[in-house]
Amino acid sequence: MSEAETEARRTDPKGFIVRAAMMLAQLVIPLGVASVTIFDDGELTGKLAWAAPFIGALILFNVLVAYLQWTRLTYTVGDSDIRVESGVLSRAARSVPYERIQDVSLEQKLLPRLFGLVEVKFETGAGGKDDLSLTYLSEAEGERLRELVRNRQEGEVTIADGAEMAPVEEATPLFTMGSKRVLTFGLFEFSLAVVAVLAGLAQQFEFLLPFDLWDFDQWEQRLAGPGQWLAGLGGLAQAVGVIAAVLTLAVVGVATGLVRTSLREWNFRLEQTAKGLRRRRGLLTRTDLVMPVHRVQALRLETGFLRRHFGWHGLKVISLASDSGAANHDAVPFGQMEEIAPVVETTGFALPSADLEWERALKRYRIDKVVLAALFLLPVTAISAILADNWLWLAPFGSLAFVMLDQWWGWRNAWRALGDRQLYSRHGWFTSSLAIASRVKLQSVDISQGPIARLRGYASLHLGLAGGRLRVHGMPVEEAYAWRRALCESMARNDFGELLERSGS
Amino acid sequence: MDETPDTPSASTPEELTQLDPRYKTLMRTVAAIFAFALFIAATIAEFAIDGWTGVVWLPAVLVIAYLVIYLPMRRYATRGYSLAEERLRVVRGVLFHSDTVVPFGRVQHIDVDQGPLERGFGLATLTVHTAGSHNASVSLPGLAHEDALTMREDIRAAIRRDTQ
Repeated sequence: MSEAETEARRTDPKGFIVRAAMMLAQLVIPLGVASVTIFDDGELTGKLAWAAPFIGALILFNVLVAYLQWTRLTYTVGDSDIRVESGVLSRAARSVPYERIQDVSLEQKLLPRLFGLVEVKFETGAGGKDDLSLTYLSEAEGERLRELVRNRQEGEVTIADGAEMAPVEEATPLFTMGSKRVLTFGLFEFSLAVVAVLAGLAQQFEFLLPFDLWDFDQWEQRLAGPGQWLAGLGGLAQAVGVIAAVLTLAVVGVATGLVRTSLREWNFRLEQTAKGLRRRRGLLTRTDLVMPVHRVQALRLETGFLRRHFGWHGLKVISLASDSGAANHDAVPFGQMEEIAPVVETTGFALPSADLEWERALKRYRIDKVVLAALFLLPVTAISAILADNWLWLAPFGSLAFVMLDQWWGWRNAWRALGDRQLYSRHGWFTSSLAIASRVKLQSVDISQGPIARLRGYASLHLGLAGGRLRVHGMPVEEAYAWRRALCESMARNDFGELLERSGS
Repeated sequence: MDETPDTPSASTPEELTQLDPRYKTLMRTVAAIFAFALFIAATIAEFAIDGWTGVVWLPAVLVIAYLVIYLPMRRYATRGYSLAEERLRVVRGVLFHSDTVVPFGRVQHIDVDQGPLERGFGLATLTVHTAGSHNASVSLPGLAHEDALTMREDIRAAIRRDTQ
C-alpha cells in the first residue's frame, strides 16, 4: 500500500454527480428569472423551442466544466505531506505537511450524504478559507485519510499497512443529546435576531404598507380616526391585538430557534477516543470532528440569562483549529453541570475549586467608565432635548442608562481569579461566561493603561491565547504586574512546541 | 497607589534598554514630512484669508513644533525593551501605555524588517510572532540593524535550546 500511496488519486466519481446536480440547482434560479422576464408576453411554446437548444448547451457546458474539474483535481498522500493539485486552465498545487495539520474533520451536507460522500477538511490553524479541503470522497476514504494523518502525526512514519491497522476505536461516550434534550435546547435558543430581522423587513417594505410607519403625527391622526373606533370597542380588543402581534413574533422566534438548533445539534454525540474528543452532530449536514485533548488551549463555560435558572450550561473548547467558522468548538452545547464536569476533567482542566479567591474590578474603574460616558452623553442629551423635537433625546439618555446598568452588572458579576495551574475570568451580560485558561498555555501577556487608568492606578491585562482572547479589566497596577510575573514563570517552564506535540521533539 | 508611578520601571525592577537614538531622528523626519505638507496648506490658507499675518501660520507653527520637536522626544522616552529572563518585553505609549511580554519559548517566527527610511538611518524593526490570536505579533521598531540581527539570533538560539 505504501507504494501506491505516493501516486495521485482522484476524488470519488460520484462527487462529480453531486457537483453537477448542485450546479444545475444553481442554474434553476437564473433560468427561472430569465424565463419570467422573457416569456411574460406572447405565445410561450414558440419561444421555448427557440430557447431550448441554448439552455441545453448551457447545461452541457456546465457539466463538461464540472467533469474537467473533476479529472484535473488530484490529491497525493506523500511521506511528509498531503498535496492537492487542481485547476483546468490555471493549475494550483498546495502542500500541507503533516505536522502542520491540526485536525481532519469530515462534513456531510444533505446531497453528498445521500451518495455516501464526505467533504474532508484539513485544519491547519490558518483560519477558515485557507484550509485545505477535498470535496467529495467516499466515507471510507475520508475515514482512512483521517486515520492516516493521525498516525503520521503520532510519529509512525511508515504505517504497518495491509491489515488496515486502525482497529475499531474503543470510544467511551462522554455526552449525548437525545431528541428531547435537543428540543429543550431549541426552546432556549429563542432567536431575537429573527424578530429583529422581521421588524427590519417591515421597515424595508413599508412602502407596501398603506401608511408610513415612522410618521408620528400621522399616527396620532390614525389613532384619532379608526383608533378612536378601536378604542370605542374597548380596551379588550386593543389588548387582544397587541397580544396577537407579540405572540406571532414570539412563535416565529421560538420556531426559528427550534429548527436551527435541531438542524445543528441533532443526535449529538461526544466520545472519548484514543486520539481525543470525537464529536458528531447534525440532522441534514452531519459533521464529524476530533479535537485532540492536548491541543485544548482553554475552556469557556457559558450560560444564558434564562437557562441559568434551570441549571443549563454550555462548554466550549478553545483550540487552534476552527470549527466551521467559529473559533471555539462546542463540546457540550447544553447540559447540566454534573454532565459537564467529566468532560472538563477529560480535557485536563479543572473547574474552579470552592476555596478559590475571586476578585472583582476596582470600583473606581467602573465609576470612571460611567463618568466618562456621562461627560459625553449628558450634554448630547441636553442639546438634543433643546434643539430636536420628538423624543430624540431619549436615545443618548437611554445609552447612558445602559452604560450605568452595564457597569453595575459588571461590578456584581465580573470576577477574576488566579489558581495554581489555571486562571479564571468570569464576565458577561445576559450570558454569563467563565473562561478557564491554563497558565502554561498562554502566549503573551500585555499590560495596557490609558491616560485615565494611569492617573487612577488601574490597568487591563490582555493575554495572548492560541485561538482566543482573554482580557481582564480594571486590575490594580501592582496586581497586574504580580499576575504577569506569576504567569511568565509558569509559561517559561514549557516550550510551545512541546505543548502542541504530545510526543515532543 | 496614590502616587502614580511615572515610569513602568517603578513597578518592575528590571531595567529597560533604550532604543537607538537615531530612531528619534527617524520619527522627526517622518513628522517633518507631514509638517511640511501642513505648512504648505497653512501658507495657502494664510494668503487666502485676509487679516493679520500669522493668523494661520502661528497655530500651524505651534502644531509643527509639537509634532516635530516634542512628541518624538516623549515617544522615544517612553519606549524601551528588555530581553532579561528569556523573555522579550516591549514598553511603549505616551498617552495609552502598553507593556507586553513574550517568553522566547512562545515565539513562532521572527521578522527583521527595514523600510526605505529605516534603511537610510541603519535601523530595523524586529517583529516576533506567537500562536496567540490577540497580540499575535509584537513589533519593536527603532533598533540598530545589527542589534536587531543579534537579538534575532539570541531569541533563535534560546528557542533551539528549549526544544532540544
